[in-house]
Amino acid sequence: MSNIREAFVKGKAFIPFVTCGDPDLETTAKIVREMEKNGADIIELGIPFSDPTAEGPVIQGANIRALSAGTTTDKIFEFVRELRKDVKIPLVFMTYANVVFSYGIERFAKTCSDVGIDGIILPDVPFEEKEEFAPACRQYGIDFISLIAPTSENRIEMIASHAEGFLYIVSSLGVTGVRSEIKTDIGAMTRIVRKYSKVPCAVGFGISKPEQAKNMASLSDGCIVGSAIVKIIAEHGRESAPFVGEYVKQMKEAIK
Amino acid sequence: MSNGRFGQHGGQYIPETLMNAVIELEEAYNRYKDDPQFNAELTTLFNEYAGRPSRLYYAEKLTKTLGGAKIYLKREDLNHTGAHKINNVLGQALLAKKMGKTRLIAETGAGQHGVATATAAALMGMECVVFMGEEDTKRQALNVYRMKLLGSEVIPVTTGTATLKDAVSEAMREWTSRIADTHYCLGSVMGPHPFPTIVRDFQAVISKEIKQQILEKEGRLPDAVMACVGGGSNAIGTFYHFIEDKGVRLIGCEAAGRGIDTFETAATIATGKLGIFHGMKSYFCQDEYGQIAPVYSISAGLDYPGIGPEHAYLHDTGRAEYVPVTDEEAVNAFEFLAKTEGIIPAIESAHAVAHAMKIAPEMGKDKIIVITISGRGDKDCAAIARYRGENIYE
Repeated sequence: MSNIREAFVKGKAFIPFVTCGDPDLETTAKIVREMEKNGADIIELGIPFSDPTAEGPVIQGANIRALSAGTTTDKIFEFVRELRKDVKIPLVFMTYANVVFSYGIERFAKTCSDVGIDGIILPDVPFEEKEEFAPACRQYGIDFISLIAPTSENRIEMIASHAEGFLYIVSSLGVTGVRSEIKTDIGAMTRIVRKYSKVPCAVGFGISKPEQAKNMASLSDGCIVGSAIVKIIAEHGRESAPFVGEYVKQMKEAIK
Repeated sequence: MSNGRFGQHGGQYIPETLMNAVIELEEAYNRYKDDPQFNAELTTLFNEYAGRPSRLYYAEKLTKTLGGAKIYLKREDLNHTGAHKINNVLGQALLAKKMGKTRLIAETGAGQHGVATATAAALMGMECVVFMGEEDTKRQALNVYRMKLLGSEVIPVTTGTATLKDAVSEAMREWTSRIADTHYCLGSVMGPHPFPTIVRDFQAVISKEIKQQILEKEGRLPDAVMACVGGGSNAIGTFYHFIEDKGVRLIGCEAAGRGIDTFETAATIATGKLGIFHGMKSYFCQDEYGQIAPVYSISAGLDYPGIGPEHAYLHDTGRAEYVPVTDEEAVNAFEFLAKTEGIIPAIESAHAVAHAMKIAPEMGKDKIIVITISGRGDKDCAAIARYRGENIYE
């Protein structure tokens, strides 16, 4: 069983997201350690991209700040190598196809494996394009994590039956960002997923409050929170690690 | 590999949220593209509303001044709304209507595609929202007003370089948030499959007409057809029916901005490399880590860091040639065509004219060149005046 799947065995998983290098990699390192200390089960590490088409304004801002600070894919690999000296929980990259493609898909997967990355999420690579990326990931033991959207309908079976690591259930239409209400019938989606797949599924997009997290996690195996954390980092900058830690603690507590 | 490939290029690199939308679009397009009723309606719109067929004009004075090949101009600038963009938009709007969509969204650079989409939406009684880089709303203020006049909402995009690339990103984001009633009327031969094919097919009317018209006038095919290339819709339209005619050179003219040896360029074939962006695999201007480059051209319509996947393929196979043309060369051509023929071309189209000015004199008088004038240049007059140091206000 992959480290990622193991992370779901103990109970509902809380999966926080952070953009690497926002506002700099030293701060990101502190944030990641705070996340682990306060109960994060898996951490999603965003590699910044110049034109993140699946992101709302909050995470777009983080991408711009990280790139302006000179963050590159190579620097992020070195940063993960450093983190792995003490960070034990699974780490997955969240980035865009071109970041991986331009690095060389196989070279990217191999380097992920070398530095201790467990999975990759590419929001602009749907099922139809997955086979360009997934074989190299399989070769190096990296889970290629697929997404299911509220519009997936008849596609859920196909995606779920080939899923690896965990399935990322996109809670709402649109881009990432905090939402006051999630209207999608998540329970109906997870029922179909469970019929065709043994991998755990976690819900993301729009979750910010403990009650939302509790609700989403009760319908699935965990929840993913990005924009709400990036907002804290945007507000507190280099001092944000303890604030993020406090938030992660609260959210993890809510879904237990 | 997935559907919609041109060699290694193309594909569908988009969020899962949009997959059923593009599949629905592909199914609808396959249902209607050979439907006689659909095609009859579209032909009526082309002929009665847009003013097709557009003229193939023998530019005698231009030919004589340059002293080489005989030059014809394919006058897409004479279409309703002043550019080739209307061909694609009427096709897509009609298709969207058949699909039961009531709302069109679009990106625009120079504003020509936005104006065309706003026009079709007004004609067909559809709601319309156009995304336009804030930088471009300033460069093309008149077109912003035209879109609003036509009943469309114009949303200035402030992210990134605030130009065409960011308008595309924002339109894609909007589409993921509202799909059921909305069709994304993409303006060029780019984006995920099936857009590059659909847009090409609607623009292919350009080369279909050129072929008939040149055979009537000259009794033979031209030696070269030329067009400017940003995403590449007027160019693919100009090339398409000549691809199998190997004796016809296909020449795409890219915006080199301040030069391909500077960072202020948008010449994708000359300076880009293979990548994945905006739903497609193709060539893109990017750095060593795959970050998309902030490109530049005086022409808002060519100011895009990528090129359509079919062009990338035509480049790979060597079937088409792609050449860079600088701002300065394009502005010179803009003024030259105005003075020699009394035709003010769009600054985009002036890139193709500029390259013709280089190659026509080298070609024999028995050779024939067709240049597609993709749009009219009224929208550019204020910007060109400013380029020449004269401050005029629209």
